[in-house]
Amino acid sequence: MKMSGAKIFVESLRKEGVDTIFGYPGGVVLYIYDELYRGGVRHILVRHEQGAAHMADGYARATGKVGVALVTSGPGATNTVTGIATAYMDSIPIVVFTGQVSTNLVGNDAFQEADIVGITRSCTKHNFLIKNVRDMARTIKEAFYIARTGRPGPVVVDIPKDVTIDTAEFSYPDAIDLPGYKPTYEGHTGQIKRAIDMILASKKPVIYTGGGIISSGAAKDLLTFTELLNAPITNTLMGLGGVPGDHPLFMGMLGMHGTYAANMAVTHTDMLIAIGARFDDRVTGDINEFAPDANIVHIDIDPTSISKNVEVDIPIVGSAKQVLAEMNRLLKGDKRLKAFHRQLSDWKALIRKWQEAYPLTYKKTGKLKPQFVIEKLYEITRGDAIITTEVGQNQMWTAQFYKFRKPRTFVTSGGLGTMGYGFPAAIGAKIAVPDATVIDVAGDGSIQMNIQELATAVQYKVNVIVAILNNNYLGMVRQWQSLFYGKRYSHTHMSYKPDFVKLAEAYGAKGYTVDREKDVIPTFREALRSKLPVLIDFHVEEEEDVYPIVPAGASLKKMLLA
Amino acid sequence: MRHTISLTVENKFGVLARVAGLFSGRGYNIESLSVAETLDPLLSKMTIVTSGEDKIIEQIIKQLNKLINTIKVTDLTVTDHVEREMVLVKVSASGESRTEVLRLVDIFRGKIVDVSPDTFVIELTGDEGKIQAVLSLLTPLGVKDIVRTGKVAMQRTIQQKKSQKTE
Ligand SMILES: Cc1ncc(C[n+]2csc(CCOP(=O)(O)OP(=O)(O)O)c2C)c(N)n1
Ligand SMILES: [Mg+2]
Repeated sequence: MKMSGAKIFVESLRKEGVDTIFGYPGGVVLYIYDELYRGGVRHILVRHEQGAAHMADGYARATGKVGVALVTSGPGATNTVTGIATAYMDSIPIVVFTGQVSTNLVGNDAFQEADIVGITRSCTKHNFLIKNVRDMARTIKEAFYIARTGRPGPVVVDIPKDVTIDTAEFSYPDAIDLPGYKPTYEGHTGQIKRAIDMILASKKPVIYTGGGIISSGAAKDLLTFTELLNAPITNTLMGLGGVPGDHPLFMGMLGMHGTYAANMAVTHTDMLIAIGARFDDRVTGDINEFAPDANIVHIDIDPTSISKNVEVDIPIVGSAKQVLAEMNRLLKGDKRLKAFHRQLSDWKALIRKWQEAYPLTYKKTGKLKPQFVIEKLYEITRGDAIITTEVGQNQMWTAQFYKFRKPRTFVTSGGLGTMGYGFPAAIGAKIAVPDATVIDVAGDGSIQMNIQELATAVQYKVNVIVAILNNNYLGMVRQWQSLFYGKRYSHTHMSYKPDFVKLAEAYGAKGYTVDREKDVIPTFREALRSKLPVLIDFHVEEEEDVYPIVPAGASLKKMLLA
Repeated sequence: MRHTISLTVENKFGVLARVAGLFSGRGYNIESLSVAETLDPLLSKMTIVTSGEDKIIEQIIKQLNKLINTIKVTDLTVTDHVEREMVLVKVSASGESRTEVLRLVDIFRGKIVDVSPDTFVIELTGDEGKIQAVLSLLTPLGVKDIVRTGKVAMQRTIQQKKSQKTE
């Protein structure tokens, strides 16, 4: 049957099983919006296109499904760039459809024209410009396929207006034909065996895992692997929830704000098992002093991640899930395990000593402490919630003091560090998983970057909770100024801020202010029962710092502890 | 070290920009790049000359492979291959130097492709060594302009070196 491009667009989304898209209309996507008027796909009207991209991203992180955004050309498209770059850095599968001026106007500096394919080339996994309506269905199929397979990532599809009007025969392709794109999932058997031999010969192993565990759905396999080896494990920020946060073998996060034990363990390990992690500078600190005495096995689906920052001894290209499943199969019944476990006892005793000497902690001063708020949040949700964060101290305290027990429950902008991410991401996550409790731990700075999405949350009754750790500062930057710039607080104090309670109420949401410890739990309780989105303004200790901290570029063992 | 990389890509718009963008975005250098359609019009082939430590070259090859439109990447440097480059050289040629230029063109099997009363334009093809040799001989005579195609290269059918082609 012949259909307009706009209709093919909507039909293709349905074929992909898309239930919800996040969007904002404009001139060149009017035919598509006209088609959406007839239904078929649920559309959430955001209040800023950046919000649409982050919501699609939050939707994707909470479920593993591809998140979808739809925006108009020019400013609509450019407004999504931060969201696309955020998804790119964290390998999140989203497809962003951007309208484009008609093909005969492309390149003419037409009204609301932006070369979004050019602009997003370096922050997408791939992007497309559809020049002919006959390519619409196939391109959409390829876009979703590329976004979710291999190392996932964002894909932009740019659709000129005339292509939405033109008609073509609609048939959604069954098969994908991308001769240059064949991700490797299965690890090389020989390499896997060699890795096991190397691991079982070690005395001080550390398992170090990242977002690859979450994106490949390997949490169960990782737990089995960890318990089979009975070896200590640490996660990157992106990897939290990959192993239960309350597991006795879990040492907490490593890196710049990692735990003392995790950072010491990777510094002294003789066998680093890196899985779905990419040796980011926020994790390694001074790369020359990162795991200096270790043999390194690195499992990653993306060959470019391997030996990019550190030389590894045994690279294994493949999905974390498949490689771990194979390793577990081989490890079970391996006769060397017993002796291996026996020789770990000194190492584990040493780690325990580190853990006891410098646990994550904070000083009580009588004022409300941000860490306390996170501890109570964990207590009241028992880890059974999706927690998103903004960026800064709020993010690091959440990573440190909330014990993520399941994958896809921690949603945070790791690679790009995008302030303004957490709130729209929370809305996206809550729409994807309506039964979940979804809480955005925010900073007073970050929340103002996408506060307008309160209107979206209220309109669609998306009852998320925003917990602002309000310290009156761009706290993380202030902390650096405090530690490394002689306490010269250049432009980090926010001497004027809105009344967040009134602001919430103005949007039709519920607002609370909390400045005493004893009100934290009751207010969270009330918020959890609320029939409206809730914003809680926690007035916390203003100049509290995040510890430990490894100064940028320093060796992990040079942590400042307080 | 210098590497000559042969890259087969889908012949689609924007692919050259992806390749060039990859080099500029990641701070890799391109010494030369040539590109044209292959026998199969759906594919084109690029020859890229780049340089860097082994680790960088390894990343370049992996990153090129990662592009969705890339079909095949071969580091020709580790294989037996032939390389050619063409240059057009405009040299001053008046009076006595005219015969000297003609003699050099003849020795190096070049061609005169444009003539004016006091200049010649010479077409020369060869590997890097030959081009370098001719240019250094022509320079004292007065080279006014040169245009080079950049290298094109092809793997030899019979490999003497153990070829370590990348996938
Ligand atoms: C979009 C954006 N701009 C600037 C920064 C740099 N930055 C990192 S943390 C931070 C302060 C965040 O302040 P706030 O949201 O109040 O969080 P806090 O650190 O106080 O918890 C800034 C400005 C950033 N990460 N993102
Ligand atoms: Mg703040």
